[in-house]
Amino acid sequence: MTTPILKIQNLRIESLAGDVLVDNANLSLMPGKVLGLIGESGAGKSTIGLAAMSYARGGCKITGGQVEIDGVVIQELSAEGRAQFRGRRIAYVAQSAAASFNPAHTIMDQVCEMPVHHGVRSRIEAEAWAVEMFRTLELPDPESFGARYPHQVSGGQLQRAMAIMAISADPDIVVFDEPTTALDVTTQIEVLVLIKKLIRDYNIAALYITHDLAVVAQIADHIMVLRQGKMVELETTGNILHSPKQPYTKELVEDRQTSDVFREIILKADREVILDAAHITAHYGDFEVLKDVSITVAKGETVAIVGESGSGKTSLARVIVGLTERSSGDLTFLGQTLSPALKHRSRDDLRKVQLIYQQPDVALNPRHTVGEIIGRPIKFYFNRTADEVRERTLELLEQVGLPADYIDRKSIALSGGQKQRICIARALAAEPTLIICDEPTSALDQLVADEILKLLQKLQDELSLSYLVITHDLGIVRRIAHRTAVLLRGELVASGATGDIFKPPFHPYTEKLLQSVPELRESWLEEITAKRAD
Amino acid sequence: MAIQNSLKNPPISAKIGMVILVVFIFFAIFAPLIAPYGEAESIGKTWASPSAEFLLGTDNIGRDMLSRIIFGARMTLGVATACTLLSFLIGITMGLLAAVAGKALDQILSRFVDLMLSIPILVFALMILSMFGSSLFTLIITIGILDSFRVFRLARSIAINIVVTEFVEVARLRGEGLWWIMVREVLPNALPPMIAEFGLRFCFNFLFVAGLSFLGLGIQPPFADWGGMVRENGRAIAFGIPAPLWPAIAIGLTTISVNMIVDWILSINARPSGASAEM
Amino acid sequence: MLRLIMTRVFLGCVTLFAVTLLIFAATEILPGDVASAVLGQGATPETLAAFRIELGLDRPAYVRYLEWLTNALQGDLGIAMTNKREVLATITPRLYNTLFLAGYAAAIAVPIAIILGIIAAINEGKWIDRTANILTLGAISVPEFFIAYILILVFATNLGWFPSLSTVYGDMGFWQKIHVVALPALTLTMLVMAHMLRMTRASVLAIMSQPYIEMAFLKGLPRRRVILRHALPNAAAPIISVVALNLAYLIVGVVVIEVVFVYPGVGQYMVDGVSKRDLPVIQACALVFGGAFVLLNTIADILAILVNPRLRHPR
Repeated sequence: MTTPILKIQNLRIESLAGDVLVDNANLSLMPGKVLGLIGESGAGKSTIGLAAMSYARGGCKITGGQVEIDGVVIQELSAEGRAQFRGRRIAYVAQSAAASFNPAHTIMDQVCEMPVHHGVRSRIEAEAWAVEMFRTLELPDPESFGARYPHQVSGGQLQRAMAIMAISADPDIVVFDEPTTALDVTTQIEVLVLIKKLIRDYNIAALYITHDLAVVAQIADHIMVLRQGKMVELETTGNILHSPKQPYTKELVEDRQTSDVFREIILKADREVILDAAHITAHYGDFEVLKDVSITVAKGETVAIVGESGSGKTSLARVIVGLTERSSGDLTFLGQTLSPALKHRSRDDLRKVQLIYQQPDVALNPRHTVGEIIGRPIKFYFNRTADEVRERTLELLEQVGLPADYIDRKSIALSGGQKQRICIARALAAEPTLIICDEPTSALDQLVADEILKLLQKLQDELSLSYLVITHDLGIVRRIAHRTAVLLRGELVASGATGDIFKPPFHPYTEKLLQSVPELRESWLEEITAKRAD
Repeated sequence: MAIQNSLKNPPISAKIGMVILVVFIFFAIFAPLIAPYGEAESIGKTWASPSAEFLLGTDNIGRDMLSRIIFGARMTLGVATACTLLSFLIGITMGLLAAVAGKALDQILSRFVDLMLSIPILVFALMILSMFGSSLFTLIITIGILDSFRVFRLARSIAINIVVTEFVEVARLRGEGLWWIMVREVLPNALPPMIAEFGLRFCFNFLFVAGLSFLGLGIQPPFADWGGMVRENGRAIAFGIPAPLWPAIAIGLTTISVNMIVDWILSINARPSGASAEM
Repeated sequence: MLRLIMTRVFLGCVTLFAVTLLIFAATEILPGDVASAVLGQGATPETLAAFRIELGLDRPAYVRYLEWLTNALQGDLGIAMTNKREVLATITPRLYNTLFLAGYAAAIAVPIAIILGIIAAINEGKWIDRTANILTLGAISVPEFFIAYILILVFATNLGWFPSLSTVYGDMGFWQKIHVVALPALTLTMLVMAHMLRMTRASVLAIMSQPYIEMAFLKGLPRRRVILRHALPNAAAPIISVVALNLAYLIVGVVVIEVVFVYPGVGQYMVDGVSKRDLPVIQACALVFGGAFVLLNTIADILAILVNPRLRHPR
């Protein structure tokens, strides 16, 4: 019976203010195996990952339990002893590579630092090894890549360099903290494949931290589900996906599955077109950000605009709303032409198109109460009396599922989901015809996002609202969009009923997009890699 | 590890600061009622030592030092407060305008302020005061305007960060006018970070006025003010008499008190840095 | 990067030029009637008229400005109204004195402040840091003349180590000067050191909060290495800014100190000029201080450019 390479027992971590961040965590990791830590934000996954390295961020303290690496209890060592373990036996890969590299030193300096310091290799050996790794991970100009400074290379390249840096001292354990979350969907796949390869080639035991169940399913042998600092379930990946025991785990699995399945939403024929954007081009300075894009939205329908970063999808929303002036093309709303610039549009024009943002925290003024936020559009557009405004605000609060006593509260203390509901209520207060949703659920936890999407659909049925949803998440598209448009670098590559877009024959980019979204099957990654090899 | 400071739990230093400040404000408001002697009563010997009759001794023409200090609180604190209020009024208004009203206005205002800040404030003040005289009115206006440039810079940078947030964009999209955006959206969010700055600018202006009075160019006699008192009694120090130290201590205590309160305010939301991470 | 530096130098020259305009405007245009401003309320109309003609105040402002500027550039700073001596002749040795005093203080203050500031930052929350905090808070809260008087009381009056008046004259020996100027230099040092220490500490703390510092710790590097190799190279730029800012502040602090210690520098000259409303003196001193200020700020900006790794190795 082999000993676990990493063993955490009864770990307890508290913040300085006394909040419990991690409560009684236990895990045991065998050499060469991968344990996925999954949970929503605030679940404590990163905190546990850092604790495995015997590190707590400023403001946190490890108050109980112990961490054992290869049989050695870390807590019993001196500070120098612990420092010797870090990097040499257990290494860390952070979420953001750009922030983890020191801007004052070259990449080679930083990649070679650990092996040289821990005495694993001499500087010359370390450099030679690094160049080989640059080549293996397909970084450009492997010989000279190391001489560059971090700000001179792209984010994806830096991410790979960070992974190389992590294994440079031949650690037994690597903690991957959301390594692909900040990347584009298509880049995510490549990095995932490379990580899996590294783990296999170097027989590393890994803690893989993420919030995406489908991603962790591709790479982990076991999965631990965390919720608010407590462990909910720890099982093999297969068991978690196919027979979850705890209700919370079941919820997570089912919710993620619905994003995989396409449900055909019936389009009613002959719906009145309310928004007609024809041959829109737009520029930021000299750069052409939208090239001849056309899209229509009919009454009561949801149109999704899909694309990765740089596709122009946000620019399209800004053009429609008037924040960015279009260079050419026509924009007709309810039969009237909308002028390119915001300041030339009438108050009524502005009223009928409302916008919902990705981050509800910054979309609400922290100094205003909920009642003031929702009530202002009512007063501004319809000039009601104070009593009428209050009455209508209470109606709206009920409509979005928030308790009536929130009306006098400030929004800051509320959760992400509740804030997004307030944003929706504010949009409804204007009695709009079209609501543009810019990544409405990307910043929310999975289950909360689910509720918001359900709310949006309910409102659409009740009020005959039209939505233009900007997103990169195909799961959302599958669930709520009647029609979809796919943008790539400012150009429209596909447009039509959602069902048609996601059935073959595909535009090559749509195919790539579809293939990049991890599905909730363990074998998905192998299948995709095999397909790509053809 | 440091105990978290919160709004309800000021540390000892801030409490001491608040007590001292309240005492001085008390002096300023109720001076005629609490001072043992009049502001300009010359009744003792020059530079007498502290005694039961004159608790802090007498000054260069025999007036009671303690009474002069109590009366001096009015001018010294009053002028500094007036200057700071004026500079904040101007600075915040201009700073917010620069952030909200469009790039052209922003450029003009910013370049102008940059130019104004190219001359050290003392030199600038000396130039103006030399030409216009040091009446109370001129003094307050000059320092108020000169200090407003620093306040402008800070207010503008805070406001610019607020103006680019989504909730301000929401207001713009609604069709709200400049007034609403400035006053109802940006200002309530810009004020809290400026509270600490008010304390700091107050200290600076306070020391600045005291310094000018010390040079003979600030608050003019017959008004009693602490800086002027240091000037009047300066020669005593060569004889080993601590007379000028009393008003100087009063100045120092005021500034230290305000600084301690400001330190507390700034520490409320501060998080420990990586320097204190646990390993 | 060279282009960036040249731009900054150009900007510095433009600012300098604008400063001269500002000085002239503040002293000759704003007051409206310079004659009554300088001669005071009690002057008779005849005295005022004679004064105006003597100073050429009847000519248009821009003519006067250009004449003043071109004279100044050639070294002619006018004639002092009070003692009828050439301003340039008086100001040159005084400028040297002021620079000596400022340099004396800076040489001591800068290295100590930076080192102590760094030490305080890396020991955040511990007793070294708290003590430094309290002491510097005290130092920046009291007026300069207070520190000066305490030092005089202790070191001049009671202990007799240093003189309480710092008169220097042309052919004084170097070490004698160091002795005579010790107290004003010490006062200035304490003042500037306190500010610099606090700002250095804040800058280093900001660096220590960066993610790449956390990464360095997670790599198992010892604390000393993290601070020396990872934190300090990035702290160089902000610390340079702090030093430059405080050197500029030094220029202003010098004025009050020169008055307290009756030190023959430009600061004291200006204060005298201001109380006597001696226009050419005021303008010349303002030029000197303003010019030095602009120069220091420009150098600071250029150094910040040179030290920034992103600008040294562009994409």
